[in-house]
Amino acid sequence: MAKSATLDPSTWVDRYGDYLFRYAMLRLRDRSAAEDMVQETFLAALKGRGTYSGDASEATWLVGILKHKIADHYRRQFREAPLEGGDLGDHPDAGHFDGTGHWTNGPAEWGGNPADLYRQGEFLDRFRTCLSGLSPKHADAFTLREIEGLGTAEICKVLCVSETNLWVILHRARALLRRCLETSWFGATAGKGS
Amino acid sequence: MLSCKDVTKLVSESMDRSLPLGKRIGMRLHLLICKFCARYERQLLLIRETARRLAATVEAPGEPLGETLSVEARERIRESIRNP
Repeated sequence: MAKSATLDPSTWVDRYGDYLFRYAMLRLRDRSAAEDMVQETFLAALKGRGTYSGDASEATWLVGILKHKIADHYRRQFREAPLEGGDLGDHPDAGHFDGTGHWTNGPAEWGGNPADLYRQGEFLDRFRTCLSGLSPKHADAFTLREIEGLGTAEICKVLCVSETNLWVILHRARALLRRCLETSWFGATAGKGS
Repeated sequence: MLSCKDVTKLVSESMDRSLPLGKRIGMRLHLLICKFCARYERQLLLIRETARRLAATVEAPGEPLGETLSVEARERIRESIRNP
């Protein structure tokens, strides 16, 4: 009991509300879904207060709960809308290859120092806009792999897809993101191929 | 011979698993001579770095990334904790 006394639910919303919300927003890309997740997390935490061992900080413990909630959300989404042909369809850059599969319109030089690029808030915002523009399946798979950093075997379990299908989905997601960034951020320099 | 279209697929796949030796060599040889595909690979790696950066930024406590709970949501959640 002494340990769970270190938790103070009355301060949770003020101390961790925005943090958990940002965490959920990055992964769900939907305000109301993210808000619901934060609420569910606090309620589950309240119920499970007795299981808090005090080994982790309050924040870490709450994020752990939120992660489970988000994984459930992904699972539900994929169960309700299984993969369709379109999700695995043609190469996103199909129009930029000739009949033999060689570039007719290759990737543009993005210029600048890449290492500086992802430190710019504006670039990160554009990146998120492009990610939100993908279909939910592509965006979710990409998010689990690159933002959450999960291994493919684990993602396959969450999303109920085969590993081969996951590779195709990730390939499409990356290609679509790349193209979106190229046109929306690097548009000015596109075309100067060489 | 691998086409550019094949190689873009392999570049992505190599980020998710270790490719069989033959495919890996074919891809690497292609990337040595094809400027566009080499650029494509660099850009996918930049995208990966950016995603990681994004997670680190959002997860740094106190980092203001613009998004906060709306006033209504905050109130609703506070109320639900008070009377679960």
